Amino acid sequence: MSGPFDLNRWKPGPLLPPRDARDGALVFVVAVLCFLACLTALAALAANRAADGWSAQLSGSATVVVRAKAGETPDSAAARAAETLAGVKGVSQAQALTKDKAEALLEPWIGRDALVADLPTPRLVTLDLDPKAPASAEALTKALHEAAVDAVVDDHSRWIADIERGAGLARWAALGVFGLIAAAAAAVITFATRAGLAARHEVIEVLHLSGAEAGFIAKLFQNRFAAMAASAGLLGGAAAVIVGVTARLAGGGAGLTPVLPLAWIDLLAPLPCPLIAALVAGLAARAAALRLLRDMP
Amino acid sequence: MPVVRFEGVSMRYGRGPETLRDVGFSLAPGSFHFLTGASGAGKSSLLKLIYLAHRASRGRVELFGRDISLVHAGDLPFLRRRIGVVFQEFRLLEHLSVFDNAALPLRIAGRKPNTYRDDVAELLHWVGLGERMHALPATLSGGEKQRLAIARAVVDRPDVLLADEPTGNVDPAMSLRLLRLFVELNRLGTTVLIATHDEELVARAARPVLHLEHGRLIEPGEAE
Ligand SMILES: Nc1ncnc2c1ncn2[C@@H]1O[C@H](COP(=O)(O)OP(=O)(O)OP(=O)(O)O)[C@@H](O)[C@H]1O
Ligand SMILES: [Mg+2]
Repeated sequence: MSGPFDLNRWKPGPLLPPRDARDGALVFVVAVLCFLACLTALAALAANRAADGWSAQLSGSATVVVRAKAGETPDSAAARAAETLAGVKGVSQAQALTKDKAEALLEPWIGRDALVADLPTPRLVTLDLDPKAPASAEALTKALHEAAVDAVVDDHSRWIADIERGAGLARWAALGVFGLIAAAAAAVITFATRAGLAARHEVIEVLHLSGAEAGFIAKLFQNRFAAMAASAGLLGGAAAVIVGVTARLAGGGAGLTPVLPLAWIDLLAPLPCPLIAALVAGLAARAAALRLLRDMP
Repeated sequence: MPVVRFEGVSMRYGRGPETLRDVGFSLAPGSFHFLTGASGAGKSSLLKLIYLAHRASRGRVELFGRDISLVHAGDLPFLRRRIGVVFQEFRLLEHLSVFDNAALPLRIAGRKPNTYRDDVAELLHWVGLGERMHALPATLSGGEKQRLAIARAVVDRPDVLLADEPTGNVDPAMSLRLLRLFVELNRLGTTVLIATHDEELVARAARPVLHLEHGRLIEPGEAE
């Protein structure tokens, strides 16, 4: 203010008054919305990762229940089954569980007393499948049938389908929540723009009467609210990353495994948050401003 | 072709009574008129119709030969840019400096700052605000605000200058100086219409007068 006016250092001032009292509250609300959106994204990523992990484990293995035929001991039936299965394409390892192990697996289900020695305990053969081209249940059944082994193959496909369905649901739910949050943010910005236009009615009218086009005035609001939302998005996104890092560190090396395994790379998910927030806010402010300006003479 | 032409124009605010009734006149390019009338006669209202802040409820308003009720909404801003307005209540932007206020129409017209900087400074010196270019409007006297409002109205060399009581807050010497500014602009081709109570100004300028009474234009010499 002091000293003579220096034309060479003059820069045009902002056409809208730089600060409104309600800006602080608005930044807070938008930052909270961004925080929630980022948490949703992180949770969706972790759920996805967990589902992938589980189905990979399940599809990499199969279990075969072997029943001994007359004139054959359960152990030899299991050994024959393991031998047959090891030769099938797509099986990397086949191992017959010993009687002790099979009984140990069954004990929680039927109790120790029921495991009478002469009761024919079914034997299990566990298979590790080639992860790239796992043998199908049909191929395994066919091989066992040809070798005349009485056995049932469980390739876990029922469980895998369940997990995939669950993961799909989680993805859709996350997307829905994300959309809701974006809509809420747009609504908040719309209200704020209306309030801003009302509070700045004098300024807008002078611009309007001086020949400013509606798009020119709308752009002032668009830019203002986009900048506000970008900084709110930065705050909200950063808060979500801090929560993610805390979860990652508290959960040990692999995060909150196996419930919600977050990888370090997942923590980059909130990165586009400021951009998306600015986009949503800018568009909402522009639309609200244009609608109000349409009513001017 | 007149720059402004009214034909049977009436206007009202909302559902209120007619503020202007059956008004007809035209302003030839390069003309200089005064608009007089008692307080509440409708002077400011008539100007609002010209600078497109309000629409007529009846009749026909033409600007630059175009019936404004037929002008596409997207073209209205460009018509407004050809009309400079000194508002009765100034309407300065309180958060902007004197310099920025004066430069506003140029900025809205999309001109680059370095193309108009010197012109704006020169104009502000001319209206006696050369030492106040940094100041905010709130720190100006009434007369200084008035001169800033005038500077803003004329800075983009409008085809039409509308001034609503432009000498209401200044002493006779400044009033004369402002009149000379308007006359000077008029000589350069700007059509000028000044609404005023200032009898002395009207008498001194010796220009045609449009006289309003209760919302009607009264011909000179016509009985009340
Ligand atoms: N925004 C408005 N809403 C409703 N009525 C209005 C509005 N502005 C002016 N009026 C009314 O219209 C009539 C004309 O007002 P206008 O301001 O045009 O008079 P004026 O000749 O400019 O008076 P002054 O010399 O006091 O400025 C008055 O009765 C006034 O009360
Ligand atoms: Mg008036």
